[in-house]
Amino acid sequence: MHVLILGGNSDVGAAIAAVFARKQGAFITLASRNMELGAKKAKDITVRYQVEARAVSFDALDYDSHVDFVVGLESPPDVVVAAFGYLGDQELAQQDFQEARRIIETNYLGAVSILEILARDMEQRGRGTIIGLGSVAGLRGRQSNYIYGSAKGGFLVYLSGLRNRLHKAGVQVLTVLPGFVATKMTEHLDLPPKLTATPEQVARDVYSAFRFKRNVIYTRWPWRWIMTVIRSIPEFLFKRTDI
Amino acid sequence: MRLSGWGRFPWCEARVRSFAQAGEAASFVGREQPFIVRGLGRSYGDSALAQDILLTRRFNHILDFCPSTGALSCEAGVSLDEIIAAFLPRGWFLPVVPGTRFVTVGGAIAGDVHGKNHHSAGCFSSCVRSLVLLLPNGEVRTCSPTDNRDLFTATCGGMGLTGVILAAELALRSVSSSMIEQKVVKARNLAHTLELFEEHGDAEYSVAWVDTLAQGEGSGRSLLILGEHAPGGPLRLAEPKAVTIPSWFPGWLLGRPVAKIFNNLKYSSISANGAQGVVPLHSFFFPLDGLLEWNRLYGRKGFTQYQFVIPKQGGPEGLAAILSRIAGSGLASYLAVLKLFGPANANMLSFPMAGYTLALDFKISSGLPALLHDLDRMVREQGGRLYLAKDARMEPAMLEAGYPGLAEFRDLRRHYGMDTVFSSLQSKRLGV
Repeated sequence: MHVLILGGNSDVGAAIAAVFARKQGAFITLASRNMELGAKKAKDITVRYQVEARAVSFDALDYDSHVDFVVGLESPPDVVVAAFGYLGDQELAQQDFQEARRIIETNYLGAVSILEILARDMEQRGRGTIIGLGSVAGLRGRQSNYIYGSAKGGFLVYLSGLRNRLHKAGVQVLTVLPGFVATKMTEHLDLPPKLTATPEQVARDVYSAFRFKRNVIYTRWPWRWIMTVIRSIPEFLFKRTDI
Repeated sequence: MRLSGWGRFPWCEARVRSFAQAGEAASFVGREQPFIVRGLGRSYGDSALAQDILLTRRFNHILDFCPSTGALSCEAGVSLDEIIAAFLPRGWFLPVVPGTRFVTVGGAIAGDVHGKNHHSAGCFSSCVRSLVLLLPNGEVRTCSPTDNRDLFTATCGGMGLTGVILAAELALRSVSSSMIEQKVVKARNLAHTLELFEEHGDAEYSVAWVDTLAQGEGSGRSLLILGEHAPGGPLRLAEPKAVTIPSWFPGWLLGRPVAKIFNNLKYSSISANGAQGVVPLHSFFFPLDGLLEWNRLYGRKGFTQYQFVIPKQGGPEGLAAILSRIAGSGLASYLAVLKLFGPANANMLSFPMAGYTLALDFKISSGLPALLHDLDRMVREQGGRLYLAKDARMEPAMLEAGYPGLAEFRDLRRHYGMDTVFSSLQSKRLGV
């Protein structure tokens, strides 16, 4: 099994790679911009789990390079994990369109560009799994992060359409909806410990959803109920809240 | 972010950052504010607390392993748990492990931790072939007992006050089984316990669980637990199923009456002839790791672990006096672990020395400071010292009295400019 992690240097991406290496003995490709860190992570996986792993260069925003990137892979991947993302700074994004653009392009356009190429290949081969890391922030816009949330929201709709399209080809599309996760991306935030998952917990949830051919999962599970409540608040009330 | 050590006392509001590459750590060192490095936060007191904290959690890559010699290179944030998980199934184990496997390599070096085999294997530093240290000026040095020896002997046991430990090369040892042959011997009182330590001096692992509530005749009664690696058998990770202690666990539950019942049951669970068996390595070395967040057992106020060592000479009388003071105090200590240490090493602030060490857990309470103050005096009179990795409250004079290497350590800190860059609540409290 060949597992391609797009955003292989992210904490969640690396944790998912580790689970597939440990449980499946999978061949791992870590794709990221930072090759030095990627090579270190690949070596770590090789030594720990005695599997083959390598780092390849990938830039989500360099759309023109994506076809060559896929052609250059050692073998067609059986599992693709889209784990890259950019939280950005909401306040800055309100002032400076370049920040807003970077958030939207990384989380949405970049994902669409690379996944379309990989999806076409899986559709033709009639098998494979695409795992997309969304966010509960994409389920309802909030003033504190709606630029990021709208990009993730677009990504969620994209994944659901892709799942619909690839179902008949026998390709699994798994949407992962993490709540708070303790990663590099969130370390400057004061998150409630009880609702904050570790990347390893997220990776375990993702792996079990992969095994059980699930469509959409929340991780950790309480987020399903938290988001049910948040989504059910009528807009005339929600617009007055400060969450 | 509000943080504490494992004892959940004291707490501190901290700004926390992490890093995944050495360059990021170097830029952190170049800033104005002093800080301390923190791994998994298993030191009990305030040694990994400060207003600014650099976490090694994400700097946890295994760099290389040689399957023929067992030489392992890894970054400081790798935990002993990760090392055991990766290499025990291949027949390799750490030569020294503390009572929990949830500590990082960096933390194990900084505390120069010890285990049940200190008398034969020494401290964690004895399996460290070399370490990579980031200095205040951004320079990175490889230190070992032969190269940059001053930095090596200061950093092992130096509580993170000499620089950022980036990586280390460890010498793993080969084992042919993941099982331990365990023997439990019952000791009637303190004298009998110490006698048994001598009698079983050739056992690879030895430690005694002491019933600190027993008074009079039975004062110092204990269960001496001995172990050897089984010569053959399976090599697999049999991790016992873990239970998590909830955050609302009421601390009053574990008061003196319950401790008394618990200790009696535990002591009488072993017959006078002792007990023998083969147990998985995890339950032998890390019995408490099966209770995740067990530090919550002591309730909201938290607890402190008081661990001292006193020289062997005069040790029996010293221990007897200390045990009687504790039993008379009315304060319960569930976990009381006694061990006979081997000789001290050359590291400036390493805790162990030839003598008896006793580790005691105490729930934070109003009567505790007075008791610990008395114990401090008794330990000092015996020429002993307290363990920095456990300490949250000793006074500077106690440190000065117990650690002859302190002056050299302070000089070295000043010489390299470490004193203005690396500081913890503990180092400030103690004026290190």
